[in-house]
Amino acid sequence: MVQLLSPEGEYSVAPQYAEYAKLVQELSEADFLRFYRDMARIRRFDFEANALQRQGQLGLWIPAIGQEAAQIGSGYAVGHNDHIFPSYREHGVAITHGIDLMSILKMLRGVNHGGWNADETRFHLYAIVLGTQTLHATGYAMGVKFDGKVGTGNPAEDQAVITYVGDGATAEGEVSESFIFAANNQVPLVYFVQNNQWAISSPTHTQTRVPLFQRGTGFGVPGIRVDGNDVLACYAVTKKHMDEARAGNGPFLIEALTYRIGAHTSSDDPTKYRDSEEVEYWKARDPLVRLEKFLRRQGIGQDFFDEVEAAGEKLSEEIRSATFALKNPPAQNMFNYVYSEQHPLIEEQLAWLEAYEASFGDQSHLAVADPSQIPNIGSVH
Amino acid sequence: MANFVEMSIAKAINAGLRKAMSENDKIVMFGEDIAELGGVFRVTEGLHKEFGQQRVFNTPIAEAGIVGTAIGLAMRGYRPVVEIQFDGFIFPAFNQITTQLAKMQNRSEGTINMPVVIRVPYGGGIGAVEHHSESPEAYFAHTAGLRVISPSNPNDAYWMIQQAIASTDPVMFFEPKRRYWQKGPVNLDEPPAGMHTARVLREGSDVTIATYGPMVATAIQAADIAAEEGRSLEVIDLRSMSPIDFTTIVNSVKKTGRLVVAAEASNFVSVSSEVAARVHELAFYHLESPVLRVGGFDVPYPAAKLEEIFLPDADRILEAVDRALAY
Repeated sequence: MVQLLSPEGEYSVAPQYAEYAKLVQELSEADFLRFYRDMARIRRFDFEANALQRQGQLGLWIPAIGQEAAQIGSGYAVGHNDHIFPSYREHGVAITHGIDLMSILKMLRGVNHGGWNADETRFHLYAIVLGTQTLHATGYAMGVKFDGKVGTGNPAEDQAVITYVGDGATAEGEVSESFIFAANNQVPLVYFVQNNQWAISSPTHTQTRVPLFQRGTGFGVPGIRVDGNDVLACYAVTKKHMDEARAGNGPFLIEALTYRIGAHTSSDDPTKYRDSEEVEYWKARDPLVRLEKFLRRQGIGQDFFDEVEAAGEKLSEEIRSATFALKNPPAQNMFNYVYSEQHPLIEEQLAWLEAYEASFGDQSHLAVADPSQIPNIGSVH
Repeated sequence: MANFVEMSIAKAINAGLRKAMSENDKIVMFGEDIAELGGVFRVTEGLHKEFGQQRVFNTPIAEAGIVGTAIGLAMRGYRPVVEIQFDGFIFPAFNQITTQLAKMQNRSEGTINMPVVIRVPYGGGIGAVEHHSESPEAYFAHTAGLRVISPSNPNDAYWMIQQAIASTDPVMFFEPKRRYWQKGPVNLDEPPAGMHTARVLREGSDVTIATYGPMVATAIQAADIAAEEGRSLEVIDLRSMSPIDFTTIVNSVKKTGRLVVAAEASNFVSVSSEVAARVHELAFYHLESPVLRVGGFDVPYPAAKLEEIFLPDADRILEAVDRALAY
């Protein structure tokens, strides 16, 4: 397992991982501080979103606590030409590519199904049906290859694709089919498997008899395991294999071994299926604490951590007020874009609803929300 | 003078695919055995040679993979046309079609289009083994976000496949496999109608028969027999199972007052059911009798030696005509 930061925040490089360490050496102190800021930001966001769910402001919350290093590290390793096909817990990856945090809350409140523009952000919509996104990523990467945007040697031209999948979803047949298509076509695709060790209540051994980083091998997709709570290792491993994918070396699988500190979702009760000692063991390996220890060893002073804490307070307030200001979408939204071209059934039913709602006068659900009333707080400070 | 060429439905689809591909290099075609072999029905014959491996290629035997990668390619700006080898093999792809392909435009609020065509040889009558003779169109017609069409003759086959490819919405293109070798004139200059427009193929005054795909030829046969007996049947080819052109059906029913809907698919919760329900809503006072359905029985598609009894034929349509007229 590739690890560059010990749980005590000590940086050390085993000889066989020197190629990864080289990529960390290219980072500056500003990069390390950015990693920490974003990990802290997404952790704070997570706590706040959980509270909002408990207060009835969100229909559901999907916590990512404990997975911040895997997400921020890998997210920053994805290039600005690359495309990202997430599962549904990748809030950390999302902020590294410009997704507004309120987009995620709107989705979990039930205002829309995501709403961000995948073409512009290169971060595609969350996939709720497990594993489906791996095939979309594969098809997209086939298109990248058809377009000749692989292995040109020009970093402004070459593109790769990364798809995020959980340990549970690796058991889906569509993930296996995606390995076959990806390997046969030698597409520029990296599978980033966050093994958080629990698929709702089922431990990883329910899904697999072999370590997940070996899952792709028989299909022709080689893999490696990285310490998913080590942000530097996650960054370096993802960076290296995205670079290789872009260069035309075919698909690769990264298993980031991490732990889901929180529940599967706000509807879950993990005390029913796992011991508190296990959770405590992993809390002691908290990725955020590990990076903090590293930064303090690097001589980063308390001022920085105070500044991050203050930014967190501000974020919490912004999120709360923005959420409270969210309006319900106008009812006709459900009819939008079902088809991109005219469709008589849609027109007929919308016309019926308009007439029906009109009978309620001021209480009509078709009133158009004023988009300027929906605050946009931006993704990255 | 229009330029008419005689060809089979299979050759007409092939010609339509060739024309579309030569006009737009973003069209890529893939599926099981569609390249060198030209597909098990030879519908894509010659296209691999003509357009090359990158635009016409074989896939692994993985139907979810075929549709899932088509979605990804569409996101990248391609226009995939994929083949599912047989009707009964579409279900491994059902998840990708119904939960992903059909919803992608709506959930992305129109920022993503899904110009994907899924070609499916469907229906029975070829003496095949299990899972090779089914009519699964209702599953897809029920799913919002998909367009579902089926040609019944070479001219429609040639034009409707091109119209399906030109659509920016996902289109399920059901090909009546037992009619693949049925020949007819193709007008290479001008399409007969849009792909969702029903057409009156035979005018009549006593009873309207609405049908689609492989049953159109059967309905025409029934109309011929009825004519000998002095009964005048109007035959409508629906051409599109989603959306359905109710205007054409209702206009006919206003004239005849009676409607029989015929399809190979089992009747229960079928496209025929939807036609019957809606025509009762739209033309209640014009009906002289209830709308009747003639379809496959509600059993798994039987072994080949029983399929002649399972599949509706002209006599079964005429039996329903008799019942409609007896009201």
